[in-house]
Amino acid sequence: MFYRESGQFKSTYAEDSQIFPIRQDRWVVGGIVAFAFLGIPLLAQFGWVSNYAFTAILTPFLIFALAALGLNILTGYAGQLSLGTAAFMAVGAFASYNFMLRIEGMPILVAFVLGGLCAAAVGIVFGLPSLRIRGFYLAAATLATQFFIVWCLTKVGWFTNYSSSGVITAQKIEMFGYAFDSSMSKYLFVLGIVSVMALLAKNMVRTNIGRSWMAIRDMDMAAEVIGFRPMRTKLMAFAVSSFYCGVAGALFAYAYLGTVEPEGFNLDLSFRILFMVIIGGLGSILGSFLGSAFIVLLPIVLNVAMQSLEGAGLPLPSGIGSSIELMAFGALIIFFLIVEPHGLARLWQIGKEKLRLWPFPH
Amino acid sequence: MQFFIEVLIAGLLSGVMYSLVALGYVLIYKASGVFNFAQGAMVFFAALTAVGLHDLGLSLWVAVPLTMVAMIVLGLVTEKFVLRPLVAQPEITLFMATIGLTFFVEGLAQAIWGASVRGLELGIADVPLEWLMEVSGMAISQFDLIAAGIAAALVAGLALFFSRTKVGRALRAVADDHQAALSVGIPLQHIWGVVWAVAGFVALVSGLLWGARNGVQFALTFVALKALPVLILGGFTSVPGAIVGGLIIGASEKLAEVFLPPLLQQLFDTQMNLGGIEGWFPYVLALLFLLVRPEGLFGEKIIRRI
Repeated sequence: MFYRESGQFKSTYAEDSQIFPIRQDRWVVGGIVAFAFLGIPLLAQFGWVSNYAFTAILTPFLIFALAALGLNILTGYAGQLSLGTAAFMAVGAFASYNFMLRIEGMPILVAFVLGGLCAAAVGIVFGLPSLRIRGFYLAAATLATQFFIVWCLTKVGWFTNYSSSGVITAQKIEMFGYAFDSSMSKYLFVLGIVSVMALLAKNMVRTNIGRSWMAIRDMDMAAEVIGFRPMRTKLMAFAVSSFYCGVAGALFAYAYLGTVEPEGFNLDLSFRILFMVIIGGLGSILGSFLGSAFIVLLPIVLNVAMQSLEGAGLPLPSGIGSSIELMAFGALIIFFLIVEPHGLARLWQIGKEKLRLWPFPH
Repeated sequence: MQFFIEVLIAGLLSGVMYSLVALGYVLIYKASGVFNFAQGAMVFFAALTAVGLHDLGLSLWVAVPLTMVAMIVLGLVTEKFVLRPLVAQPEITLFMATIGLTFFVEGLAQAIWGASVRGLELGIADVPLEWLMEVSGMAISQFDLIAAGIAAALVAGLALFFSRTKVGRALRAVADDHQAALSVGIPLQHIWGVVWAVAGFVALVSGLLWGARNGVQFALTFVALKALPVLILGGFTSVPGAIVGGLIIGASEKLAEVFLPPLLQQLFDTQMNLGGIEGWFPYVLALLFLLVRPEGLFGEKIIRRI
């Protein structure tokens, strides 16, 4: 009834190749972005959005969404399964830290970009095996990235500025003389970066780069035969993906945690981001955001549920909470894979299809 | 030189234990094409259950068979509730599902038995063999030798099971071609149940050995991760590959741990502490090896068609 594209004619190429060709989509997306930039800070002014919501939900949601976006480019669009996401995030975080530390007056955004570029360089090196191997072999080989890089960052003191415990404290975020130190300003800072990078990613996957990735993913031999260069395409995917993960890692250190150690970027984090991509939907930009929201919210919801259980007179033995959380996490992942292997993004699409016909489906 | 041999032998013996874990992966991959990431969690679950029952006052002779029953139940439940609904999905989806299973099983084990470290006493002392010490002056652990013996016996038993029994032949048939096996009347679901049960048994044996060695704790799952480079080296589909790969990984990681740091320190002229190389060396070795031989030592040659 409301969601229909009849009467929306496209008379120019520019109109035809818009990101959201349907007017209602544009309104909704525009509304969400405007709400994120203006509505949430406004609500915070009235005290409707607490500090906790910014630091524990909104900021990590955006940062993980960016990391998931990076992994989605590699796994969802280019078809190269990777278990080393956290390592690329670590490279981004520690490289940015060192650029800020060692170069006087380094602007923070430039440091983030340079950090991302370092991650991209590492990504290219560890992406080289993908030219020879594929599938599970590649997945297991990417574990080498994960363990080797975390070991390097732990053992080589220069990276952590010879901090005895290996913990670094990220510098303050400052731009044009304005210090981003409140939780809301950090949120807005992250939001700005994530929106720009998501827009870039969306455009990348719609143009020839993204199409060459998808061609390689769907059948690399065939793609090679019709003229895509597998080496360039695969390494490009590794580089772009690592760049995104690197920037996400830098934000993780600077805007979310403040102090990080190499061990913080462990295999567990890699898996969490992989789950975001799977649950959100492989090969979907929107899916990265949905998956991130799901994985960030799940532990919080489980916690609340467990507390209310205890309140209802069912006390659980101490220490069992985290185990139950693990179980619920695993069970939900299996459940999702069985019910909708294409992720939340696919559910969203099905919903839109239904809405188009509503209320007269025949 | 003597020190070198000592390190080498210790490495080879621990490599046998890696092969044991890797064997569980190979069994399931061969028979159902599922790369079962949860094998490590199963090792952990088996070890924790056996120790938990033992700590309740049961003797090991009762606790271990009971654990075996639990592992079979776990395998059958997995087959029914995780794999059966996902039949005919792409391999990657199945792989993800087993990662989910990993979390579930790890959580389940800790929810039942708690997260504390438990010791496991199998009655084999972890002391150097005395007569060997006297003859050659080398310290080789008695425990490692016995563990290697158990692993060898297990592998021999499995080889016999696969080649001599009816179920074993059916398993190999399913591994070769699901549809052909179905068409000659092999019950696929039943066979998968058997495979998961056997993998559970292998997990139990490796869990007991590793648990006795390092204590039964969450870190066991990381040991199981080490089986992945073993698999890459040996090839996902080969039982001999798992053995040889395990030996190579075990020996090379111990040698690297002992002899690489001084070399690196000389090379970069630093006094840094470079311990912990064995944490990543197997993965990097496997990665480099793959560049030369993408299908592993004994894996099936990868043939790709358009």
